[in-house]
Amino acid sequence: MSDVLLDVKDLSVAFGKNLAVDHVSFSLNKGETLALVGESGSGKSVSALSILKLLPYPAASHPSGQIFFNGEDLLDADEADLRRVRGAKITMIFQEPMTSLNPLHSVEKQIGEILELHQGLKGQAARLKIIELLEKVGIREASTRLQDYPHQLSGGQRQRVMIAMALANKPDLLIADEPTTALDVTVQAQILKLLKDLQQEFGMALLLITHDLGIVRHMADQVCVMQKGKIVERGAAKTVFAKPQHEYTRMLLAAEPKGNPPPADLSAAKIVETRNLKVWFPIRRGFFRKTIGYIKAVDGLDLTVRAGQTLGIVGESGSGKTTTGLAILRLIASEGEITYKGQRIDGFKSKAMRPLRKDMQVVFQDPFGSLSPRLSVLQIVEEGLRIQNPNMNAAERRARVTTALEEVGLDPATMDRYPHEFSGGQRQRIAIARALALEPKFIMLDEPTSALDMSVQAQVVDLLRGLQKKHNLAYLFISHDLKVVRALANEMIVMRNGVVEERGPATEIFNNPQTPYTKALIAASLNLKAIEGIVKQ
Amino acid sequence: MIFKLNALNQRRWTLFRANRRGFWSFWIFTLLFLISLFAPLIANDKPILVGYKGEVLFPTLVNYPEAKFGGFLAETNYRDPVNLEEIAANGWMLWPPIHYSYNTTNTELPLPAPSPPASTLSADVACAKYPLKAADPQCSAGNMNWLGTDDQGRDVVARLIYGYRVSIAFGLILTIFSSIIGIAAGAVQGYYGGWTDLIFQRFIDIWSSMPTLYLLIIIAAFVTPTFWLLLSILVLFSWTGLVRLIRAEFLRARNFEYVRAARALGLSNGKIMFRHLLPNAMISAVTFMPFLIAGSVTTLTALDYLGFGLPPGSPSLGELVSQGKNNIQAPWLGFTIFILMSTLLTLLVFIGEAVRDALDPRKTFT
Repeated sequence: MSDVLLDVKDLSVAFGKNLAVDHVSFSLNKGETLALVGESGSGKSVSALSILKLLPYPAASHPSGQIFFNGEDLLDADEADLRRVRGAKITMIFQEPMTSLNPLHSVEKQIGEILELHQGLKGQAARLKIIELLEKVGIREASTRLQDYPHQLSGGQRQRVMIAMALANKPDLLIADEPTTALDVTVQAQILKLLKDLQQEFGMALLLITHDLGIVRHMADQVCVMQKGKIVERGAAKTVFAKPQHEYTRMLLAAEPKGNPPPADLSAAKIVETRNLKVWFPIRRGFFRKTIGYIKAVDGLDLTVRAGQTLGIVGESGSGKTTTGLAILRLIASEGEITYKGQRIDGFKSKAMRPLRKDMQVVFQDPFGSLSPRLSVLQIVEEGLRIQNPNMNAAERRARVTTALEEVGLDPATMDRYPHEFSGGQRQRIAIARALALEPKFIMLDEPTSALDMSVQAQVVDLLRGLQKKHNLAYLFISHDLKVVRALANEMIVMRNGVVEERGPATEIFNNPQTPYTKALIAASLNLKAIEGIVKQ
Repeated sequence: MIFKLNALNQRRWTLFRANRRGFWSFWIFTLLFLISLFAPLIANDKPILVGYKGEVLFPTLVNYPEAKFGGFLAETNYRDPVNLEEIAANGWMLWPPIHYSYNTTNTELPLPAPSPPASTLSADVACAKYPLKAADPQCSAGNMNWLGTDDQGRDVVARLIYGYRVSIAFGLILTIFSSIIGIAAGAVQGYYGGWTDLIFQRFIDIWSSMPTLYLLIIIAAFVTPTFWLLLSILVLFSWTGLVRLIRAEFLRARNFEYVRAARALGLSNGKIMFRHLLPNAMISAVTFMPFLIAGSVTTLTALDYLGFGLPPGSPSLGELVSQGKNNIQAPWLGFTIFILMSTLLTLLVFIGEAVRDALDPRKTFT
């Protein structure tokens, strides 16, 4: 008897006639970590879901394959057998902790359900067990959190509760499907550390599904690299990272955003400046909606963005980065001085702002949400021109759209298609083209790369750097991903709870961070090292 | 260019067609409606064309005085045997398939009104009132009451065709008007939110709690309701139906990033609402529309049934329902209107289901 726990042989998954997973085999020993790596659409999640037969049958089918778990073929097993395995021997945690917890159940009920189902624990015995589990996954003051609902927990805490649920029955195998993708970098590092500690304590095997090679390097013993439903490379993590054989693996490894921006040039013309910028959201209570206090999203921020330079704003979610950007563009109400090219714009009404919109543009995070699904690419990109240059005729607009699309590396022949026909990276390029078509001086980039695959991120960063050089653009670059910021920003502001924690030239901050918060942020983001206490849980 | 469908709409059309039941319902409904639009050419007490002394006349379009055919009345009764003989002697007549209009009283009823369908009677009984009985030239298919007559001797088939036309037209117009108002109101509420939304919502709460039926009864007491008057009163109260739906859609979509991006491009609120938000909200509105039409048709029928609907004598389905109820001894009335109403409403619901499927973005081809 070897200690092979999970043995997937020749597995295929088909949706209708489309083969999503194509004759894939891998195996996992007890107590080991195997990482399935690949970009979105490579079939890694589908492979993992078929282990527990959680795919939408009969839309999905398995033309071939066997999945042995402890010598039992799961693909052949009936529903009753599968239910005994699910949640007890094999458990899963998912990417989005908000939607994988039932919003109407308290923490106690969520975890208690599993304990009752598989171990028959109830009442006080169950409660003690739940508190023990919560403490194990690092929830502070666990006994007071039992009655909390998912919305009262932070993202990291929710993921911890998910892990507690997964561990409740001491599984042999934990499948983690992009467990940290939706979390802040600082929280990500903590969760990864937790998973690693727990794995050692329980001696369970971990099947990790991720697109982030940094995580794989940090966590995995074995790696399988997937591309378009096939495993193109496999082996021990160390050897794969040291000597990648397949071209695709090499491409993935090379895909991290690289390059450095030129050093900060403090003599360049000031494009946008703020003095004591404040965005306070009132908290209203009672029948007459009396204001009883404020949430200080941004509290007294000074910043300067210079022509041809990038100012990076980093911080955890909720630190006020995006709010700052929206306030500068006057898309939300704010107090304090905002200057564009020496002109005060903070008192401007929307009519007065309209001519300035041409010069101040924005690219948002989600390339799926930021393009109107019912307009063609041409209509999307030319929309601003229709407003800002009403004298332009259709042919001139088309010409300008063509130039903008060429500049972002898209084929102008595709301009009559609709957004849903493009990939995430292409959509982000369309969003950039929409901003460029107006020939702006200043672009606010709100996490423009965080919804994209790693290799696409690098391309977008290169594109942005090229465009900046060509048009002498001023960027306000907002991100939680310090790798991307390092590749783009000349100057940097670290924000925390609405105030500036640290500021200065980017290279200086990266090489010699001053405050403990910045240190923790950099350690978590670049080395996946968790420094607890100072950052959010 | 209008009929060039983009990829999205092509997909929707394919999905709509894939729902066979809804697709067929759609065609049957359209066919029936088109037929009913030409009602005067199908069921009328005037011939479509008359050739008289070398002249071609169009009695359905032009009102010829009887003097033209040697009589003395201001309007020619083409069903009058004297006129029939006169025209037959000097030319020819092209009749519609049914020789009755919705308000024509059959003066040669074989049995007292409401008289039973011709198909249940032998030729001798059906033509008992004609001078030559079954051999009379007037004892033709066009002069038979195929579904019988109502209690005033009017042909049921003719009344059904005209009544169907009025009902559908009423339903369509009511739906269109109340949708326009409802969508506009919902859009404003959802987009601006806050106090606008709150005040509007409470207004709608109060407005929709007004007893529509009593208002109609009161109004019917001192004016005779006409088609358009009835329509306007019903629009006043039916526009609230779509508001909540559209409001929710706008409320959801107004903070989407593409709306923010549009604002950053300098678009005005009106443009953003029209170009970016409305197309998304229209999906839920269109999905609702067949059901709204069905609801409007039912409303009109109910009002007619109670006697507060269209003016007396107009062709209406509701009036036939009430005749069916009052003349239990003449079951053809009740059965006919039951079958017609249930078919019509079923067709509309089937169409609605198919539209809903077609517009469902999560629906996949199977």
